[in-house]
Amino acid sequence: MTTAQATALPSPTRVGLSRGRIELRQFFRQREQVIFTFTFPAFILVLLASIFNGTYPDGVSVGQVFSASMIGAGIVATSFLNMGVGVALDREDGTLKRLHGTPVTATSYFLGKIVLVAVASLAEVVLLLAVGMALFDVTLPTDPGRWVTFAWVFLLTVVSCSLLGIAISSIARGAQSAAAVTNVPYVALLFMSGVYITLDALPEWMLRVGSLFPIKWAAQGFRSVFLPDSMAVQEAAGSWEHGTTALALGAWCVVGLLLCLVTFRWTNRRG
Amino acid sequence: MDAITVRGLGKSYGDVTAVAGVDLAIRRGEVFALLGPNGAGKTTTVEVLEGHRRRDRGEVSVLGEDPGTAGRAWRARIGIVLQTANDAAELTVRESVRHYAGYYAHPADVDEVIERVGLTEKAGARVKSLSGGQRRRLDVALGIIGGPELVFLDEPTTGFDPEARRQFWALIRSLASTGTTILLTTHYLDEAEALADRVAVIVGGRVVAEGTPATLGGRSQAKATVSWLAEEGPRTMLTDTPTALIAELSRGRELPELTVTRPSLEDTYLELIGETR
Ligand SMILES: Nc1ncnc2c1ncn2[C@@H]1O[C@H](COP(=O)(O)OP(=O)(O)OP(=O)(O)O)[C@@H](O)[C@H]1O
Ligand SMILES: [Mg+2]
Repeated sequence: MTTAQATALPSPTRVGLSRGRIELRQFFRQREQVIFTFTFPAFILVLLASIFNGTYPDGVSVGQVFSASMIGAGIVATSFLNMGVGVALDREDGTLKRLHGTPVTATSYFLGKIVLVAVASLAEVVLLLAVGMALFDVTLPTDPGRWVTFAWVFLLTVVSCSLLGIAISSIARGAQSAAAVTNVPYVALLFMSGVYITLDALPEWMLRVGSLFPIKWAAQGFRSVFLPDSMAVQEAAGSWEHGTTALALGAWCVVGLLLCLVTFRWTNRRG
Repeated sequence: MDAITVRGLGKSYGDVTAVAGVDLAIRRGEVFALLGPNGAGKTTTVEVLEGHRRRDRGEVSVLGEDPGTAGRAWRARIGIVLQTANDAAELTVRESVRHYAGYYAHPADVDEVIERVGLTEKAGARVKSLSGGQRRRLDVALGIIGGPELVFLDEPTTGFDPEARRQFWALIRSLASTGTTILLTTHYLDEAEALADRVAVIVGGRVVAEGTPATLGGRSQAKATVSWLAEEGPRTMLTDTPTALIAELSRGRELPELTVTRPSLEDTYLELIGETR
């Protein structure tokens, strides 16, 4: 009888997708949080592009460069910050504990989170592109190769940053502390990765530190998608470095996954 | 077969010994209540049985499996009502219950469960707008939606108004009448008396007494207190043979204000936890 019931349990995939629906519903009902998550990068983009104006050779505006970089920063927010705080909150308010007492597996829970992050990140990209196109002459690439680049940069960024967010949520003591331990490195790295400041203004050591983390590679990847190839010389390495980008983001996926597997807990209390 | 057997269960948090050798045997279909003062180790014991916490010592079998290693299929057979949770604030009551129903192979009917816990009028309301007692009723609904064989309830009626408590008792009785095994903890002795087939009293991580509510701590054999109004004023006597005493006293007369009482469950309980302090 036990086995008959086991085979009849809904599959982890089905439960995961159902969790995805419920995660989205809960996320989009928290209006202030939604507005903040989505408009904050757009708001900073408009500010930055108004402070630093000017054009590069080939008529590329500073606004265009910031728009492309901000897409990278935006999806790091919808993945890394969203997961770091979201999972810590699920641990604090009893969501995870309750799930642990049901047939829901960790796989289904994370599948739900993946759906949430994927939808939120795509929405973020659409919003930032809309702002960039409306205000800063950003144009959508027509070359399919660039969309391929877009797809893998998007995927690797979202996966690596979600995993890192989940890992950091386990290290944090609670949701409050998770908000701090995710936001501080995030904002610091936005500066060091040339998202908030043009690359030529950054000291060498900051570039070095920035290039250890995913944000720099995400931002550079999206610049390679949305800026003409003549802009590659403006990068620290003088080229788009697609190989290194894939390698760096891929390595963070592996590190993130390992950290998750080692640190994941269903409750805040140990024991 | 027993639904739950526990032998020599022990659990410490650092220097604090929360459970120090608990033995329990809970039969299938039984309603079993754990009583005990704050910090006695009730939640710790129950959470070990639920698979939420790891034990340090002892043997535990819940529905034939070790909760420390049991899998999905086992979790589908138990229902847990948490002592503290405030998740899913943005969902409505019905959305939550329906979503949880989707985790199980043979869930109960969503609206029927909402009705059974008395939340029909709040079915469309956001969880965050519920009162404390309504929130607990939702917890109960989520605990029973999967049609469990065994339900754990940790202080399920804390914060309920008297009417809601009666409703809840009726719900537990109806679950029990369909053969569901129930393990609950409570601080309300009337609740234990009304619901439980058997109770155990835990003090300082140990079971100090176990039995039916009527016989706990030798309650049924305890001396009866006979009180009446004599000519000199009110009188009270403790006796093993109240019938004989009254016959002798009255000799056919009416004894004014006559009462015969045995210790209440609360008296017995307070005596039990007092002895061990
Ligand atoms: N996670 C924990 N970390 C450290 N100590 C704990 C933890 N959980 C419980 N304790 C301690 O273990 C003891 C037993 O706690 P437990 O929660 O099991 O008691 P309880 O009988 O459920 O009490 P109550 O009636 O107040 O709910 C207490 O001394 C408590 O302080
Ligand atoms: Mg407790």
